[in-house]
Amino acid sequence: MFRWISIILLSVGILAVAFWGYEEHQEKNAILIQAENNYQRSFHGLTYHVDLLHDKIGATLAMNSQQQLSPQLAEIWRLTSEAMNEVGQLPLALLPFNKTEEFLADMGDFSYQTAIRDLDSEPLSEKETKKLEKLYQSAGEIESELRKVQHLVLKDNLRWMDVQLAIANEDEQMDNTIIDGFKTVEKTVESFSEGSPHNSLTSISNNEDRYSFHNEPIIKKEEAEAISRNHFDINDSDEITLVTSGKGAQFPFYSASYHDEEKEGYLDISANGGHLLTLMINREIKEPKIGLNEAMNKASKYLENKKFPNMSVMESNQYDRIGVFHFVTQEDDKYIYPEAIQVKVALDNGEIIGVSAKDYYQNKKSRKEIKPAISLEEAQKKVNKNLDIKTNHLAIIDNQLGEEVFVYGFIGTLGDDTYKIFINAENGQEENVVKLKQSETKY
Amino acid sequence: MRNKILLMICLLMIISLTPDITPKYYGFSDQVIQQGATGEDVIELQARLQYLGFYNGKIDGVFGWGTYWALRNFQYEFGLEIDGLGGQTTKQKLVAASNYDKGFVHEQIEKGNKFTHYGGKDLNQQKKESPPPTQDKDTQNNETNNQQTAPEKKQSEEQNTEDKKNQDPNQTAVNMPEGFSQNDLTLMANAVHGEARGESYEGKVAVAAVILNRVESATFPNTVSGVIFEPRAFTAVADGQIWLTPDESAKRAVLDAVNGWDPTGEAIYYFNPNTATSGWIWSRPQIKQIGKHVFCM
Repeated sequence: MFRWISIILLSVGILAVAFWGYEEHQEKNAILIQAENNYQRSFHGLTYHVDLLHDKIGATLAMNSQQQLSPQLAEIWRLTSEAMNEVGQLPLALLPFNKTEEFLADMGDFSYQTAIRDLDSEPLSEKETKKLEKLYQSAGEIESELRKVQHLVLKDNLRWMDVQLAIANEDEQMDNTIIDGFKTVEKTVESFSEGSPHNSLTSISNNEDRYSFHNEPIIKKEEAEAISRNHFDINDSDEITLVTSGKGAQFPFYSASYHDEEKEGYLDISANGGHLLTLMINREIKEPKIGLNEAMNKASKYLENKKFPNMSVMESNQYDRIGVFHFVTQEDDKYIYPEAIQVKVALDNGEIIGVSAKDYYQNKKSRKEIKPAISLEEAQKKVNKNLDIKTNHLAIIDNQLGEEVFVYGFIGTLGDDTYKIFINAENGQEENVVKLKQSETKY
Repeated sequence: MRNKILLMICLLMIISLTPDITPKYYGFSDQVIQQGATGEDVIELQARLQYLGFYNGKIDGVFGWGTYWALRNFQYEFGLEIDGLGGQTTKQKLVAASNYDKGFVHEQIEKGNKFTHYGGKDLNQQKKESPPPTQDKDTQNNETNNQQTAPEKKQSEEQNTEDKKNQDPNQTAVNMPEGFSQNDLTLMANAVHGEARGESYEGKVAVAAVILNRVESATFPNTVSGVIFEPRAFTAVADGQIWLTPDESAKRAVLDAVNGWDPTGEAIYYFNPNTATSGWIWSRPQIKQIGKHVFCM
């Protein structure tokens, strides 16, 4: 009797578990398929857009009238951004797939810069047409390689989830068709990009000698240590760790760090000349004792002491217990926006707990004396009439193409919002309009 | 003698416990209030400027551009030096010229009501009750009280939890770096916490900086969320650790990175040499090692 009962109970149990397991399995499959479909959609979208891109670039090359060229280039720009978006959704982040992405970025920059230009007065140059031809050729090759992969994917029902796994355990032999296919695509583009050095906008490296200190002598490790101690404001007896940068760095630098009970400090100084690049002090910050204004004065004093001449505050912000100040160089009556330094001050005792001066050194240089070619009144006329202009200043800024331009800066209000408008001081062009946003409702 | 001391102590305690019943004579603290500041002084400044009709924005406790122009107008009208700073003379003039109903303002802020603080009008007609607040509002009614009972909590800057409300009961907005929202920062803090939990503060700032460098880089998505959720980009996203609640230092690290600190030398990749599975990552030019992570181009 007892045996029967237990047999029945057990079999019911087994059935229940089996059913539950089956349900779980179904659910897992459903989710896997969902994820898989997302990948598939991105991949097929990518091939489709590269197809389209190839055709459009070809059409652009054949075009003659400037009226058509601009919209066509704008269309190419849109397509590259779509394609980039889709590449970003594929599980390839750790594959060497960046050459293809760089091609897309290249294409995007090129089409944007030419599309927004007035092509009537400044048509495509010889060099630009050459570049476009190269891009066209490259797009064609990518297109055909991608089509091959797409064909295989469809024929053999390949799944992107397997790519995930294959990348995850690379110890195994990599014979995954999709990965191989993409490696071929990558090689194709690589051969292209070697021939044409892409312009500086596409990659954030390549600006080594733009740092103002690049031909100063390299300092020794002992000197670096002494400089670090000085910046940390600690004694010779305190222990600090100092390491040199690896070969991937844009320029050689030393990184120093130290710890004691209350705080930890980190800094980077350039090997050339021993200039302070970043400084961070991490500690617990107590109840604010000083106001933002006092903190700002401390920050200014600090920069003066550290031999950053003529810095003036552009922006100040309080984040709870710290104040962050954005300084730029002031040369006579001009503000040099690219030469920027950020300073962070703890509001409990006014200690400087952060400096970031990389931008400063990257853009620091002696500039020619310039006088505005147009008058303040003329520039003011170029500003939107609805704007109530409150203040103005002269400045040097980076425009949207990354070039330095000499401008009039106007700050004015329109309704409840405040805007900063930059008018080129040489030709009266509107270089940039920025809406100044500072606070956000707390949620 | 001992009794006396005891009595004294008792008296002292009673005094310290008695709620503030005497009406306060409002006045700013000593600080020179400048653009970008936050807190009680700014609330008072905004309320007083609004009382006089110079400021029409929200009284939110953040000295933004609206407050700045209002203050300059005030300084102009009252024949003061126009510098946009809340210095001693300006504050004195302002206090003399306007009234500030601190109780009213704080009550409205705590309740999350919409309100204004114009002079010459009944204050009670200037508020608009908001729908019943979500549970985490109005937990705190007294700042000083809070300081004594929860000094630990004061340290935390938690944005989503009640701590935030406790900490700053009278400020309804926060400063944000240009181009970022609180939600962006929270998402980044999540990623940083998941990726670099055991790392030093520098290591956390570094991870946040890499996220931002990727946003800048042409070969990665152009948004914070795009970079973070790019498949296989971050292990913390893949294994769900991104949804752990970030701690304080992760949040501060993110804020630093967003404000321009980058200890990595503009790195766009990093990996843990002990666990890295991809051989390819070793071929990237390395910049420096921070804690367990090697940062590279």
